[in-house]
Amino acid sequence: MNSHNIVLMPVLLPLLTGIILIFFRNIKVQRIISLLSFIVGIGLSLYLVTAVHTNGILTLDVSSWNAPFGITIAADMLASILVLTTNVIGFSSLIYSFRSIGTGRESYYYYTVFQLLIVGVNGAFLTGDIFNLFVFFEVMLMSSYVLLVLGGTKIQLRETIKYILVNVISSAIFVIAVAYLYSVVGTLNMADLSRKIAEIGQPGIITVIAVLFLFVFGLKGAVFPLFFWLPGSYYAAPAPVLALFGALLTKVGIYSIFRTYTLLFYHDIDYTHALLGGIGLLTIIIGVIGAVAYWDVKKIIIYNIIIAVGVLAFGISLSNETGTTGTILYLVHDMIIKAALFLLVGLMARIAGTSDLRKMGGFIKDYPLVGWTFFVAAISLAGIPPLSGFAGKLMILQGAAEAKAYFGMFIILASSLFVLYSVMKIFINGFWGAPIKTEAVPSKSMITLLGPAILLVAISLAFGLGVEKILPYISQATETLMNPDIYINAVIKE
Amino acid sequence: MKTNDIILQTATKVIAFVIILFSIRLFFSGHYYAGGGFVGGLMTSAALVLIMIAFDMKTVEWILPINYRFLIGIGLLTSVSTGLIGVFMGDPFLTHYFGYFDLPILGKTSLHTAALFDLGVYFVVVGVTMTIIKSIGESE
Repeated sequence: MNSHNIVLMPVLLPLLTGIILIFFRNIKVQRIISLLSFIVGIGLSLYLVTAVHTNGILTLDVSSWNAPFGITIAADMLASILVLTTNVIGFSSLIYSFRSIGTGRESYYYYTVFQLLIVGVNGAFLTGDIFNLFVFFEVMLMSSYVLLVLGGTKIQLRETIKYILVNVISSAIFVIAVAYLYSVVGTLNMADLSRKIAEIGQPGIITVIAVLFLFVFGLKGAVFPLFFWLPGSYYAAPAPVLALFGALLTKVGIYSIFRTYTLLFYHDIDYTHALLGGIGLLTIIIGVIGAVAYWDVKKIIIYNIIIAVGVLAFGISLSNETGTTGTILYLVHDMIIKAALFLLVGLMARIAGTSDLRKMGGFIKDYPLVGWTFFVAAISLAGIPPLSGFAGKLMILQGAAEAKAYFGMFIILASSLFVLYSVMKIFINGFWGAPIKTEAVPSKSMITLLGPAILLVAISLAFGLGVEKILPYISQATETLMNPDIYINAVIKE
Repeated sequence: MKTNDIILQTATKVIAFVIILFSIRLFFSGHYYAGGGFVGGLMTSAALVLIMIAFDMKTVEWILPINYRFLIGIGLLTSVSTGLIGVFMGDPFLTHYFGYFDLPILGKTSLHTAALFDLGVYFVVVGVTMTIIKSIGESE
């Protein structure tokens, strides 16, 4: 029997690690085990990317029941790339956690929950079954509830209540949406769903369900009218947890929109994709307003998440080849650079003892390396040519020009300017000017605190400079997304 | 003032065993009749909770000196390893195997690795329920 258990390994490895960590109460042992697990995880996902590149989509029919009757795990190029990115970000956040999260949190199953969050994210990327997607969403969300509340400070308790409330409601709507879809189409396997929706040609009821899914995933991914929970909730999390959330959680929502709107609901583009595009542009505008308005370093970067979500939603709505390639490039770039920025901002807040930008200044004298790493990350976020943010945004703009969405092009270009302004505001006010009294961070801690950010920025730099090398992988992902038949034929073998 | 709950305690001594036996029956009947690991685990923890109500937490800890958090880990490990049997046999993850065996006393019995998976579920459910109840009960 042809079985590709390797496809499931990025999910099984953190799951096993998380379980094993329950038994080891020694914090040093916990750190070493989770570090080793991530190193193996990065290796596995690299192998997965090359395997998918040479063999096409790899699928695993779990428990030997053939699709569409069992649960199928399907790794196409997009999912494999995102799993690799997730592992790299998890690795960096983990190293940052070592000296910043504190033994109080560490001894209350921090690393176990950390691993389970990665299980949820990787599972959501890899699954080929819509209800299994829901289950992995819940695995991810429950871990995120625990990570958000762990520590039990007042602000964490308050914001966790809001966060749980919003997500419980959106999960309930997810279940309802799946129930509607199941009652209309009668299957849950995504490839089979795609085939059957194509047969009936997406009648009105399917379009309604598509909008319901947009509502659910939009609530998880924080698009325009549904972003209200994000700024407060994310503000409460400690820096490494914030980096994980900012880089991974909203992007899982975006990935799910990407998957459903390219694989399932692509027959009534004039309505669904136009709606998505409009929402995306409004999201950008709201994010820009927030990013420019605040004088708090964490808040500024949090609103930059919302801007990026808007750009990605707009990119998905274009549904042409250039736009989709650009969106994938931008998605990977944004995950990496957001994680790096949150780690750097967390470090700045630690040095200053506050996250208020008005109380910072002159860090460049004592911490030049932090300053220049932040500078590179900042201009990369804005999309200055040799860096990683450029290629993705350029291709989204090209795609918008092909689709004649000139207003959208204008909004995205203008938003880049404001993104640059908001992060340069942090750089200029935080690193230049008269030095203020700072809390000395021991140089030994600096390695584990700054190291992961430098690693991520270096990866982002390599990503920007070596776009030519990466492009074959990205275009393979685009090809699968633009032609649902490739996915369907890989999953359902007849 | 010390209340006298001799009737509750005496009844519990009998009823708790009945509940536990019933929960085991539910657990093993899961494949052919209604039941399974989840409801079996809940029923077992119901018996333990009854003992907790009738006596106190220290008595339960004395009867069953188990760290329920480890029980969750053991349960998860059991379920995942059941799935891994498939991987080591060269089949997809979670592939199950079954067969009929002649056991000494029970006679011809069908054994299925899905029961091992259910055992893991059972442990996790008992562990989670008891952890929740104990940590709420102990907190001031």
